[in-house]
Amino acid sequence: MNTTPTPPLTATDLAVDASGLVKDFGSFRAVDGIDLQVRRGEVFGVLGPNGAGKTTMLSMLATLLPIDGGSARIFGVDVASSPHQVRQLVGVTGQYASVDENLTAFENLYLFGRLLGLPKAKAKSTGSDLLDRFDLTDAADRRISNFSGGMRRRLDLAASLIARPPLTFLDEPTTGLDPRTRGQMWDTIRELVAQGSTILLTTQYLDEADQLADRIAVIDRGRKVAEGTADELKASVGNSTLQLRLEDRDDTTRAAAVVARVLGEHPVLTPESGGLNIALADANRAADVLIALRESAISISTAAVQQPTLDEVFLAITGHHSDNETEEVA
Amino acid sequence: MSTQTLLPDTTASHALPVDRELSSRPSLAETWQQTTAMAWRSVKKMFRNPEQFFDVTLQPLLFTAMFTYIFGGAISGSVADYMPIIIPGILAQTAITTCMAMGTQLREDMDKGVFDRFRSLPIARIAPLAGPALADVIRYVIASTLTIMVGLAMGYRPGGGFFGTLAAWALTIFAAWSLAWIFTWLGTVMRTAQAVQGTAMLIMFPLTFLSNAFVPEDTLPGWLHAFVQVNPVSHVVTAVRDLMNDGSFTAEVGWALLGCTAVVAIFAPLAVRSYSKKI
Ligand SMILES: Nc1ncnc2c1ncn2[C@@H]1O[C@H](COP(=O)(O)OP(=O)(O)O)[C@@H](O)[C@H]1O
Ligand SMILES: [Mg+2]
Repeated sequence: MNTTPTPPLTATDLAVDASGLVKDFGSFRAVDGIDLQVRRGEVFGVLGPNGAGKTTMLSMLATLLPIDGGSARIFGVDVASSPHQVRQLVGVTGQYASVDENLTAFENLYLFGRLLGLPKAKAKSTGSDLLDRFDLTDAADRRISNFSGGMRRRLDLAASLIARPPLTFLDEPTTGLDPRTRGQMWDTIRELVAQGSTILLTTQYLDEADQLADRIAVIDRGRKVAEGTADELKASVGNSTLQLRLEDRDDTTRAAAVVARVLGEHPVLTPESGGLNIALADANRAADVLIALRESAISISTAAVQQPTLDEVFLAITGHHSDNETEEVA
Repeated sequence: MSTQTLLPDTTASHALPVDRELSSRPSLAETWQQTTAMAWRSVKKMFRNPEQFFDVTLQPLLFTAMFTYIFGGAISGSVADYMPIIIPGILAQTAITTCMAMGTQLREDMDKGVFDRFRSLPIARIAPLAGPALADVIRYVIASTLTIMVGLAMGYRPGGGFFGTLAAWALTIFAAWSLAWIFTWLGTVMRTAQAVQGTAMLIMFPLTFLSNAFVPEDTLPGWLHAFVQVNPVSHVVTAVRDLMNDGSFTAEVGWALLGCTAVVAIFAPLAVRSYSKKI
């Protein structure tokens, strides 16, 4: 077997080191000069709405799409010039489950084990082991076509762990899952991190990035528009939002004046629904606002305190909405 | 979720270190294991979609009986005289029509999510193509065995005896496997399964019907004769006839083997190249 030693450790302190990544589809630039640095052992979240270019960017880093501009290194290994080496370092879990519909769960894991060079017996035991660890043993001999979304995702993740890759890509691991399954997936991801994996995950949900990621890059229309910890991002829009709907739309302006007086800042008006969105540095100030409104005889139909949504982070950073047609996370 | 570790391996629960030796290309032994793993997958698929066996069982039964009885009298004067001509012809034709399905199968397969995973794995780029081709040999075996058996049942007694027939059978299967690489390449180049199907038909018809598979070539007009003579399928047909009817390893057999090898040598690398590029 031909082998090449990996570069010295200094070059591999970064699990991912990409600069100026570009991908063009015809005249459309899906990824437009993204720089990304993921440190060893961290969970890095790439947050962005549908169509932002997350999958395209991951595909380039995973050698699935040629890189049209810029360069990327995985643990110091150049992606464009050494794809075979990079494939030995990265486990990929796709946005759309990349397992074989025609095979059972066990057969899928056995196949990937064999492809990765395991002897037959070892491929079998690794397959059974992983099914066990991902709570899929009962479904081992069922065809994937009958699997629920959550089961597919778990199997997909299990499949990408066969080679025990030091870096794992998770492309929207919980999109489309119900809240309970999403929580399970989060637990799984946390366990992986505890075992020393480095993870690059993409998501459309700020709270998912918040729950899992050490650092977050926000991308929009192929560009990176912000980067930081979850707290830093949220601080840029206020820590939470008080959403109010008024009984009488005509009170909107008057209510805004009251809020401005109490908090010293103007709320965002959403006149089409007769409401106000009020950024709160401190969630306790919500009570002050409500009391002041009662005193001014403005009556409220609904009130809710919410963590900032991706859309609000977006609005704050880019000045436009995220055009996100999928559901927001409450 | 259990409290066990998620990463497989009982000895070390941690991800593999990054500063281990990385192989720069798969070795031959690794490539073979990957190819057989992909073949294993295709065989599983095949037996779960039994319609893949329709063409290889029905076509030999129908075509052998039909061609022999319909054309037998007209072309050779009698059915018995026509058999030594037509059975090898149908063998070759069956080989091509059954291996044609490779292209459409592959194209449909490549559009599925699991191919993204195959691409992301450190495996030889030829394995996802060579695996299905290897598995497809099962279908060629069924088709050629049935064709010969139907011929025998209809009273054909190959002059080449058992070994001549065995050699002809093996050559047919090898030819099918080789020609399949043309269709595999089409599958990697074209965008839709329909396009692959259409193009494959366009290639298949002249190759089989403008050959000496069904008629002795000296009955053909000059221009057609010229094409029939350069058509590689004609060489396979003649080689199969030589083996089956005379049991002799003639120069034609050598040419057929050489031609088939050349097809693989040209189209396998082309297919791998376009597969590696295509997303
Ligand atoms: N193969 C492709 N051909 C043309 N356009 C594409 C292709 N893949 C993605 N796109 C476009 O690139 C943009 C980014 O897509 P994608 O990376 O899938 O976004 P995300 O994963 O963030 O939802 C989208 O506008 C999408 O329509
Ligand atoms: Mg995506």
